[in-house]
Amino acid sequence: MIASPNTTSANPVRTITVTIKRQNGPAEQPRWESFQVETQDNANLTSVLQSIAAHPVTTDGSATTPVVYDSGCLEEVCGSCAMVINGRVRPACSALIGQIVGENNTITIEPMGKFPVVRDLSVDRERMFAALRRVKAWVPIDGTYDLGAGPRETPDRQETRYVMSTCMSCGCCLEACPQYQKEADPQAWDTSFVGAAAINQARLFNMHATGATEKEARLEVLTGEGGVNDCGNAQNCVKVCPKEIPLTESIAAIGRDVTVHAVKKFFTGR
Amino acid sequence: MATKQSRVIVVGGGLAGLGAAVKSAELGVQVDLFSIVPVKRSHSVCAQGGINACNEIARQQGYSEYEHFDESIYGGDFLANQPPVYEMAHWAPRIIDLLDRMGVPFNRTKEGQRDLRLFGGSLYKRTHFAGATTGQQLIYAFDEQVRRFETEGKVTKYEHWEFLRPLIAADGTCCGIVAQDLRTMQVRAFRASAVVMATGGCGLVFGKSTNSVMCTGGAASRCYQHGAWYGNGEFIQVHPTAIPGHDKLRLMSESARGEGGRVWVPRRKGDHRDPRQIPDAERWYFLEEKYPKYGNIVPRDIATREIFDVCVNQGMGVGGQNQVYLDLTHLGREYMDRKLGGIVETYRKFVGEEPSEVPMRIFPGMHYSMGGLWTTYTAKPDHRGMVYGAPNNMMTNIPGLYAFGEVNYQFHGANRLGANALLSCIFDGIFSGASVVAWAKDHAVDAVPQQVYDDGVAAEQACMQSLAQGAGGENPYQIGKELGDEMTAAATVVKSEARLLQSRTKLAELRDRSHRMRLSDSGMWTNQNMSYARAVADMVILAQAIVEGSIERKESRGSHYRTDYPTRNDERFLKSTLAAYDPATGGCRISFEDVDTALVPPRVRTYGEVEAPAGAPTPKVAVPASPNAG
Repeated sequence: MIASPNTTSANPVRTITVTIKRQNGPAEQPRWESFQVETQDNANLTSVLQSIAAHPVTTDGSATTPVVYDSGCLEEVCGSCAMVINGRVRPACSALIGQIVGENNTITIEPMGKFPVVRDLSVDRERMFAALRRVKAWVPIDGTYDLGAGPRETPDRQETRYVMSTCMSCGCCLEACPQYQKEADPQAWDTSFVGAAAINQARLFNMHATGATEKEARLEVLTGEGGVNDCGNAQNCVKVCPKEIPLTESIAAIGRDVTVHAVKKFFTGR
Repeated sequence: MATKQSRVIVVGGGLAGLGAAVKSAELGVQVDLFSIVPVKRSHSVCAQGGINACNEIARQQGYSEYEHFDESIYGGDFLANQPPVYEMAHWAPRIIDLLDRMGVPFNRTKEGQRDLRLFGGSLYKRTHFAGATTGQQLIYAFDEQVRRFETEGKVTKYEHWEFLRPLIAADGTCCGIVAQDLRTMQVRAFRASAVVMATGGCGLVFGKSTNSVMCTGGAASRCYQHGAWYGNGEFIQVHPTAIPGHDKLRLMSESARGEGGRVWVPRRKGDHRDPRQIPDAERWYFLEEKYPKYGNIVPRDIATREIFDVCVNQGMGVGGQNQVYLDLTHLGREYMDRKLGGIVETYRKFVGEEPSEVPMRIFPGMHYSMGGLWTTYTAKPDHRGMVYGAPNNMMTNIPGLYAFGEVNYQFHGANRLGANALLSCIFDGIFSGASVVAWAKDHAVDAVPQQVYDDGVAAEQACMQSLAQGAGGENPYQIGKELGDEMTAAATVVKSEARLLQSRTKLAELRDRSHRMRLSDSGMWTNQNMSYARAVADMVILAQAIVEGSIERKESRGSHYRTDYPTRNDERFLKSTLAAYDPATGGCRISFEDVDTALVPPRVRTYGEVEAPAGAPTPKVAVPASPNAG
């Protein structure tokens, strides 16, 4: 009753070999396993991972455990399924087979390298959420009682904020960043590089009339160790962002604000 | 001032759960927030089109909160209890203001006012939106507020934890939960003064749907199996416009039609021309012809049945397949990107075509469950709304156990209007959050003997052991697939007694097989196979409640369409369906309860339907013969 996706000449059925870097747990050694899967060009990579989970048998015919991976919405809005596909980080749900399959019908998948592996392709991105706490990525409202409307806003400003606000914390920008290094120890998260995603959020909330009441506190954090000055201007972040958020613009804007903040601090002493 | 130590558990970190957490923390009660995924990744992110509320422009055209209430009742075919819907419609403008203050980037007019769009079931623009990812923007606003409370130590998050069962004290009240860390696989009991279930819908029961992968309905099923009633389970919303995919059905928001999108097929069967070459006169805009007043923005159940009828019964689908055009090409790319950004991007990415140039091809897909855990409330004496802070608002039949959001059966009756879901989730959190706190402050978190908690953990550990050691030949994914195929074929767009009785047999078979599953991973570290297998067994039990309700409701109302009883029967079925689990037999007992219709008397629901013009016959919808039909 609910339609099946088309099987047309544009979407031929093909058998692909998926080679996956696997790891049983955080302290275990990684290994590689390959799987043969029958799929179609308009299918996405998460559907291939679903079939492997249902029938975990490797190319050489031996039974194995299902490949562990994170997924959620399957339509590139939740940020769960980012992984390194053929050497490039991206969400697996929007990676269509016809667009990513290499010569000889092969695809290689690895977990993101900047976050501790939980198991197989699943990594622990808690540090991203800690970074949002670090930069106070919220509007400090008085409470949920009815206090009237929020500040009025021009369409231009709304459109700028909206794009910035579509960041789904997938971590692609951090995986691609040469300055962002893996750090498993939460104690070190407050002084290691905060990364493009959180810098963009700081700018987002500084742009909101009420959010701006925390502007100096955010800039203070981003002036310090692991702040915006750790950015090496490689510009990889903006190239891999699946939501096409202008991350380098955000970094540049915060960079300017941090300078002003530092000068002001020098003269006022606070 | 609380004299007893209180603690609230919220299960689920979507909009309803985050709303409950924010309200509880604000009112001074400690919150433990459980979620399978990091809360920011919850399914609320998938809501696209917007959120409804009366606004000043509509008000000056004759609209009001009362009209919003009336539309929702009419849209739901009079099955919703009216006081909660009345209250919700009146809170809606305040909720928009709150979201605005939280920084939600609502689309703006030139002057800087919040922009509005048209949505299904209304002739007034009363839907507020942020691009076409409104749900994402709203949940982020609440996620941010919860993060703020987290830094203040008022909310503790348990992300990557799965709810396994509610714990019930000797006096019958809910006193906590058992949950499992999905990484370490540790099973633990948690104490609580009150527990809020905000675990969303059950899309996976139907196999492919517009839902996210964690929307199994497993948590609701576990509450049902421990004594909570399940209400109106047979009311499943099939969204008229989805993009069929290998892994899921991707929603194409109703806002596409609200912004002027037109649904059509070629007038001539077998017309294989490029849609751009087909002149207007040779296109059949069947919704506009049949419903001149509402046109393409008839409610979802109606649009779905019409599209289904055109494709499945009349064979008029585009290219002879189950698909119709959703045409936005007249809107222009710039307008579409500004107002519908997220969804046109989704279509480009997943279909590979440009919707501003070529009409989109869509078909109905399972989307939302109007049914859910049964809850009660305290109505005001004149039934115009609920009493704020009454401890029983949105409480299940298990005292101290609440249901918020999609898992709550209130508000939407037999069919939910578009852009009312985000509203009901936030309303539950912000309004009934106060009720949870009122109950919690009266129930000390340490009042119940430890034995109850230890027993719960032992029982779940035993279940887990038996799953891990299962030696049968059944693959949980195969059971899940057969369940989805069966439920989609028998219990979505059209139903009949004969077909539902087949389902009863099939579900009994699946339930039996679910006792003989063999896991391909029996380890105790991040075992996704175990979590899925456990959910599948619970999904089958929930499916049985849905099918039994479908069998007993011998009428057609809203989304529940029976070919053998094609009309609404208020005399017998203007009632909520109540499914109760019988632990002795494992079966389901169905009973009916009166609906509170004190404010708006039921009227015929036609949406101005006119007889179809000649050349476009519309025979009544037939039941597909097999799960794979269409």
